[in-house]
Amino acid sequence: MTFPWLTFLGLLPLVGGLLLLLPMGKGAARTLGLVFSIATLAVAAGVTVLHVTGADLAVQVPWIRAFGAWWALDVDGMGLAMVLMTAILTPLVLLAEWEPPANRWGAQAFFALVLILEGLSLFVFMANDVLLFYLFFEATLIPTYFLIVGFGGARRGYAAVKFLLFSLAGGLIMLASVVGVYVVGASQGAPSYLLQDLASVRFDGDLGRWLMLGFLIAFIVKAPMVPLHTWLPDAAENSTPGTATLLVGVLDKIGTFGMIKFCLGLFPEASLWITPFMVWFAVVSIIWGALGAIGSRNLMRLVSYTSVSHFGFMVLGIYAFTTTSMTGSIFYMLNHGFSTAAMFLVVGYLAKRTGSYDIEAYGGVQKVAPVAAGVLLVSGLATLSLPGLAPFVSEFMVIAGTWSRYPIVTAVSLLGVVLAAVYILRMYQRTMTGPVTDHTAAHFTGRDLTGLEKAIMVPIIGVLLFLGFVPQPAVQLVEPTAQATLAYVGTTDPAPVVKGAK
Amino acid sequence: MILLETIAEPVAATGMFTWAWTMIAVPAVVAGLLLVAGKLSDAWGHLLATAAVFWSFAIAVCLFAEQLLAPATERAVSANLYTWFTVGQWDFQVGLLVDQLSILFAMLITGVGGLIHVYSIGYMSHDPRRRRFFAYLNLFIAAMLLLVLADNYLVLFVGWEGVGLASYLLISFWQHRPAAAAAGTKAFVMNRVGDLGMLMAISTMLAMFGSSKFTEVNAGAAGTEPMWATLIGLFLLLGACGKSAQVPLQAWLLDAMEGPTPVSALIHAATMVTAGVYLVVRSHALFEAAPIAQLAVVIVATVTLLAGAWIGTSQDDIKKVLAGSTMSQIGYMMLAAGIGPAGYAFAIFHLITHGFFKANMFLGAGSVMHGMNDDVNMRHYGGLSKAMKVTFLTFAMGYLAIIGFPFFSGYFSKDHIIEAAFADNTFIGICALIGAGITAFYMTRLMLMTFFGEERWLPGVHPHESPKVMTIPLIVLAVFSVGIGAVMNFWIQTWLEPALGIHAHELSLVPTPVGWMTMAVVALGVVAAWLVFGRSSIPVVAPATNNPVTLAGRNVLFGDQVNDFLFVTPAVALASAVDTTDAKGIDTAVDGLGRAFLGLSTQLRRLQTGYARSYALTMVVGVLLVGAVLILNLVG
Amino acid sequence: MMNPENYLILAAILFVIGALGVMLRRNALIAFLCVELMLNACNLAFVAGSHITGTLDGQTTAFFVMVVAAAEVVVGLAIIVSIYKTRRSTSVDDANLLKL
Repeated sequence: MTFPWLTFLGLLPLVGGLLLLLPMGKGAARTLGLVFSIATLAVAAGVTVLHVTGADLAVQVPWIRAFGAWWALDVDGMGLAMVLMTAILTPLVLLAEWEPPANRWGAQAFFALVLILEGLSLFVFMANDVLLFYLFFEATLIPTYFLIVGFGGARRGYAAVKFLLFSLAGGLIMLASVVGVYVVGASQGAPSYLLQDLASVRFDGDLGRWLMLGFLIAFIVKAPMVPLHTWLPDAAENSTPGTATLLVGVLDKIGTFGMIKFCLGLFPEASLWITPFMVWFAVVSIIWGALGAIGSRNLMRLVSYTSVSHFGFMVLGIYAFTTTSMTGSIFYMLNHGFSTAAMFLVVGYLAKRTGSYDIEAYGGVQKVAPVAAGVLLVSGLATLSLPGLAPFVSEFMVIAGTWSRYPIVTAVSLLGVVLAAVYILRMYQRTMTGPVTDHTAAHFTGRDLTGLEKAIMVPIIGVLLFLGFVPQPAVQLVEPTAQATLAYVGTTDPAPVVKGAK
Repeated sequence: MILLETIAEPVAATGMFTWAWTMIAVPAVVAGLLLVAGKLSDAWGHLLATAAVFWSFAIAVCLFAEQLLAPATERAVSANLYTWFTVGQWDFQVGLLVDQLSILFAMLITGVGGLIHVYSIGYMSHDPRRRRFFAYLNLFIAAMLLLVLADNYLVLFVGWEGVGLASYLLISFWQHRPAAAAAGTKAFVMNRVGDLGMLMAISTMLAMFGSSKFTEVNAGAAGTEPMWATLIGLFLLLGACGKSAQVPLQAWLLDAMEGPTPVSALIHAATMVTAGVYLVVRSHALFEAAPIAQLAVVIVATVTLLAGAWIGTSQDDIKKVLAGSTMSQIGYMMLAAGIGPAGYAFAIFHLITHGFFKANMFLGAGSVMHGMNDDVNMRHYGGLSKAMKVTFLTFAMGYLAIIGFPFFSGYFSKDHIIEAAFADNTFIGICALIGAGITAFYMTRLMLMTFFGEERWLPGVHPHESPKVMTIPLIVLAVFSVGIGAVMNFWIQTWLEPALGIHAHELSLVPTPVGWMTMAVVALGVVAAWLVFGRSSIPVVAPATNNPVTLAGRNVLFGDQVNDFLFVTPAVALASAVDTTDAKGIDTAVDGLGRAFLGLSTQLRRLQTGYARSYALTMVVGVLLVGAVLILNLVG
Repeated sequence: MMNPENYLILAAILFVIGALGVMLRRNALIAFLCVELMLNACNLAFVAGSHITGTLDGQTTAFFVMVVAAAEVVVGLAIIVSIYKTRRSTSVDDANLLKL
């Protein structure tokens, strides 16, 4: 048996997190946490190399025979993209939160929880067994809850409980479907939770639709789509920027990830049935989120609303069922992780100086802290999908791919593109430009970004720029997932209408 | 289609053409370097940036020379750089197309751009953020070159957005001024509306032709269903309207004058705003397949050329008069581009001559402002011809060029457009003719208010000529304003023939009847302006008026008010509605659910009394109930 | 031979008396005795049932119940004694600590 790389990859941060729960000095804890997160990144890089070279990384060990549950891990292009994103973001988040808010628990607890969360998320993205996925899916809630409640802002209690209740409600509905999947599988001679075994099971008719809805609702809560999104702005507003990055950048991706891997992967027929509804639902999210961002008076809320809008695009791309749009969605999941991380972390830098997330508290920062303003602008431009930055490529793929099937829906969704310019540039205009306010002068003069803060932004913006100009490696990585999913669902891309007379 | 067959396939790049990419890369890299290096490059940043543009210019000239030497069918050269991404059936390459059309643009952009860089060294010499200014200018040059050199619509769109970003950054360059910051945001957002059109057009092309490459789109255009061809045309027109400040997306251009004057000259007069014209001409095959879209272009162009001229007549801010004039002149170009094969070459011709004389006048206006403590109000000028001789003389060359004084460059290019318009439709032709008259009127007004009459200078203002670094670019541009028209007049059609699939018309130096008419109308405009503004003194404060024509002109035809009413107010209302729904609607429902459960459990808690006897009673009642059910079942 | 159903009726009466005693009496010892009474009413029913069906199952179960009852007496009395020691009362209403 070859070395179980994937198990090792997921366990590494978990072990690190548990180790950090032991009593030790603050300095040692932070160093240890960073070492573990970087080691995880190294292993993830190794796994990528192995995957690209064609090695079979799948782990498959019987776990609970009575349920047909397996300890089954595997990565495809999409899973690997998510794994890499998680592994890259975690050390950056740890560095950005080197000094978490001192009023509550210490840095040690923060580092431990982040590492545990990382490990659990990695397993979520690698799980190849429905029950295993479900368990890790629910398990991620625990460290997240504590990250919000232990380090958050004024209304952290409310926000944490709201987050937990929304997620648990979705999770419970999903549990019913998980049980249902086993029952149906067993009745068709495949009493197993393993995805390969379930691929041959047919979930037809109304039953299949109900089971699919169970999964879908959980993922809709997770990938927040209107109207089940209201936990996100509260949770983001009341958590530290690092937590918000992991929450929106990594955890919410489980929603769209799950739609592709489980909703489409288990219930192709039911997914096609729900498509007309989901497409419009996505458009509503796009516009709703954008309008919410325009109306936000708090920077963290603004960024989280932009994510609602962007998740709308991802869902639109998934349910348009073309190779381009779905590849775009998966690629968007990757890019969105970095662009949101950039936004949250910069906003965090600003708030660290002024102690406020309110847009009103800023004004004219550009004059006294040009680097901070520049980094915010670049992050904002990534968020509004400016060409040259990675999100543009993915957003374009979603738009162009969806257009070939649903031109009218796409045209409506494009309103979100205009509104994106409005919410980003208005925010920038109100916080960074204009005359320097007294408040800004007092907090920012001589306190532009520090070396560490700049160093954290370099890889994030670097990735965004690189994938903006050279997206091909990432697109090639994730496209097979889209192709395989579409082949399983059984749809084909629309062919060009006019044959070019070359 | 006969026309299409004449378009030669581009040949692969060899020799000098393999260097084409450095035209874009060098300014882009310099821009990045200056931004990242920060204060380290303050001392030499502007010089490096200027050198980068001249590098691009040198390459462009060399390529042009090679094209001139090559046979007509081998002048168009394509250079594929790398695979951007491939997905599904679609393949997106980053490739350059250096053909007869794009090389003219490349030379205009880098040539005028280089002169404006030189001018800016002087103009921005006292600005502490000059390095940053030059970085943005270089970013603009790179993006603009990418726009015109791209060989497919998606890469063109990257450049398109890149120039939008540079424009945003430069309009709001003096960010500490709220008006500048707001103008930048407004320009970007309105351009985004146009970008929707671009995105939809590219998406439709991909759905129709499976590619966004110019060659493949052109090849497929003739076979497209009219409905889709029309839609693509209208989408492209929407994009062009945003970028080129055509009605109804015109409102940002006047505000954009908040930017430093060299920016207005380079971006908002000579190059970026003409990108819409380039787009329409580049997409000529599509428009030829869609007469309705062509008609829309003509209508938009005609409305804009009159609207811009109208605005120009009643503004007092010298830059805003020029901005209105730019709108109007681009209207002419769009008109020519919309007319069809008869007009393409003239659209490009006017675009180039306009690029020179308008940049000349903007820089001249900058020079005036430089001497007048950055005052832009023409009512505070007057009699400057004596104080600034070089500026006055160069500005006068631009003036004569724009009104179409015989044998100045505008004379050739504008007359062709008006003639083509008459050939297309008499009504449109008359509109174009009226536009020419108004142009003469407002430009004469500008000249009279600025350079002639009594001195109305504010106290403490001592007008002086600008330094050489600013006047030399002015002189160069003035020379081009005078001569470029005559040089290109007989050559431009033949040159563009293979690229655009057009057939050259016979041109003669003897004016046609329309030409005579144009001259008469222009003379009328000049005389009218002299009668109004030349004979009597000009009040220092704009006189109050109830004249609706003047009021509309002063308020930029109420574009802002219309946009506010139609878009901004509803959007703000919707945003707050979303806010309220989230907080009061969804959250109240969710919190209410939570409270309902809390209330229920509070009630249920009462059952737990702690008295063993009451528990026992509950148990007995339960047993009895179960028993009763069982018995009923047994009986039933 | 008496009608075996009479035994069942007697068992039911005894059970109801026991149940009412548990619910109505406050003295923990009396309530406890009433519980025993209910258990033994059940035993009687089991034995009667055994007689009616002619099998030994009921008799066996009765033994089980006795054993459980004995164990229960041990625990229950211990609790009552300890409550009495701390509170000087054997009223069940005084011991309402189970309330939330």
